[in-house]
Amino acid sequence: MSLWLTLAVNSIALGGLLFLLSVGFSLIFGLMRIPNLLHGSFFMLGAYLGVSLLATGIVIGGTAFGITVPRITLIPQISNFFLAALISGALVAAVGGVIERFLLRRLAGQELPQVLLTLGFAFIIGDICLMIWTGDPWQPATPSQLAGAVRVGSLFFPIYRLAIVAVAVVIAIALWLMIDWTRLGAMIRAGVDDAPIARVVGIKVSQLFTLIFSLGAGLAAFGGVMGAPYLSVYPGLDFEMLPLALIVVILGGSGSLLGALVGSFLIGFLYNFGQAMFPDLAYVILFLPMLLVLVLRPQGLFGRVMT
Amino acid sequence: MRRITLRHAWLAGALVLLATLPAWMGNSYYINIASQILLFAVFALALNTLVGYGGLVSLGHAGLFAIAGYTGGLLLAAGYGHFTADLAAILVTLAASAVFALLALRSTGIGFLMITLALGQIVWGIAYRWQSLTGGDNGVNVSTRPAPFGFSLSGADGFYYATLIVFLVAVATMAVFVRSPFGASLRGTRDQARRMTALGYNVWLIRFLAFLVSGFWSAVAGLLFVYYNQFISPQVAALTGSAEVLLMVISGGTATLLGPIAGAAIVVVMKNVVSAYVERWNLVLGVIFVAIISFMPEGLVPGSVRLWRMGWQALKPHRNPLVTSAVKEEGR
Repeated sequence: MSLWLTLAVNSIALGGLLFLLSVGFSLIFGLMRIPNLLHGSFFMLGAYLGVSLLATGIVIGGTAFGITVPRITLIPQISNFFLAALISGALVAAVGGVIERFLLRRLAGQELPQVLLTLGFAFIIGDICLMIWTGDPWQPATPSQLAGAVRVGSLFFPIYRLAIVAVAVVIAIALWLMIDWTRLGAMIRAGVDDAPIARVVGIKVSQLFTLIFSLGAGLAAFGGVMGAPYLSVYPGLDFEMLPLALIVVILGGSGSLLGALVGSFLIGFLYNFGQAMFPDLAYVILFLPMLLVLVLRPQGLFGRVMT
Repeated sequence: MRRITLRHAWLAGALVLLATLPAWMGNSYYINIASQILLFAVFALALNTLVGYGGLVSLGHAGLFAIAGYTGGLLLAAGYGHFTADLAAILVTLAASAVFALLALRSTGIGFLMITLALGQIVWGIAYRWQSLTGGDNGVNVSTRPAPFGFSLSGADGFYYATLIVFLVAVATMAVFVRSPFGASLRGTRDQARRMTALGYNVWLIRFLAFLVSGFWSAVAGLLFVYYNQFISPQVAALTGSAEVLLMVISGGTATLLGPIAGAAIVVVMKNVVSAYVERWNLVLGVIFVAIISFMPEGLVPGSVRLWRMGWQALKPHRNPLVTSAVKEEGR
């Protein structure tokens, strides 16, 4: 009995992480129609940056290609886990913003070039991470204020995993409020529905798109740091997370917050229970609901039919 | 008429070069690289059927390639003969292609790409995680190469000739395929799917059949690959594999017969050269992708021709401003 409950708690925690990862992917894909194959890389880069911030701060320098650069500390070591996650998210959001503003924008509406550009950058980021952080896995300690467990009756729930869920839910509500209830959200929706008319009435659609892209990148990176004590960070994490984001979005429907939330928790449960019951096939089981949805409801559970 | 004879002369020259390659290449290292180029050219031609002529960009083809390699490799390891193993590998891959197509053709454009990507990752997941079947990270060893009609393929030369024959058959069937009414209707579905439907064509069926053709040649290439390396591991099914073959198609120029072949040569040579000096092949691959998209979106071969012409135009005296502006427009 307690095994199943532990599995369920783990599933919810993984669902929370997947939500942080895939909500940005869903927004970028649903609102801007950009298939962002960089998303797993943002997650991994964020996790690596967070690990570095917690361990040593961000230090550049050292010897590469026979050139020695003096060591300079750009950002000092940070002991607060959440602050590190936020800073890492902000850094990756900036990277995402630059890529969108200077490269992806020039390819607006051209899907294939966008795919190839993001895929190219995914390989570049993956290899640079391998160069900097080497092939060994990194696993930061669970933050001290979140260590330990809550006791309910005879059962223990690790606080850290509950915290991931809480953060995911807070972010989900904040995003929902922003998109559905603020002026900014209304402008975003207008830009998505009819970009030329939105421009005519004075909305700067291209700035909004940069904002969304940075936000998605930052959320993925934030999720990466949040997940690091649990998943650890290692080379190849990027292309392991990317398909998960893809499945969540195919399941939930692109551009839908609720879809991303439901899809994430569904995949979280399937992954953990699949791993426990059919360890050899856990990865395959993940894709079964995706296949079902594709056959029965191609626009996803909560998606709108794309025109 | 003169152009056709010139073209024939080119083809004959290329054939003679290819057929005599082991004689003047000498070193078996280079002959092996030539075999790699040819087998990846078959794979790139297979993908080009979908990407170039069908307008359907797949990022899951390494999955099909690996299914053929694994099926062949596992059956050979289980003690079956070469003929049985190869036939079964091709049939299994065709069945897998049909499943891929059934699911991926629920959508076109980005949707198609994302679904093929996810399906390719499933294949990778099976190869990597289902250790009792595939041996996981240890991969599958293939101890022998076949000897069709008593012709041994164990040496570099023998394998090169076998690959060359398969390659030539693939190119010839592709050339016929492209010019056939079916090839024309496939291009029709790429350019004007709605009009094709209105004309009474079954767009879905045409795309499905094109996927099977693509799957068949991917299977053949996968088998050549597993015989070439005599080993297959999950790395083959990884997204990098699908990206590499897509790079071959795109760098050479899509929807041409020679483009994917040139692309395969470029990528294989570069991969071997780069790997000899630095470990950072993925970085180089990424940079090439970004550079191609930024500077030569139509592919390396047509792109170089365009840049060459632009440079030539700029050198010419008395250039007509209208012509140069047209060339600039084309470049965007």
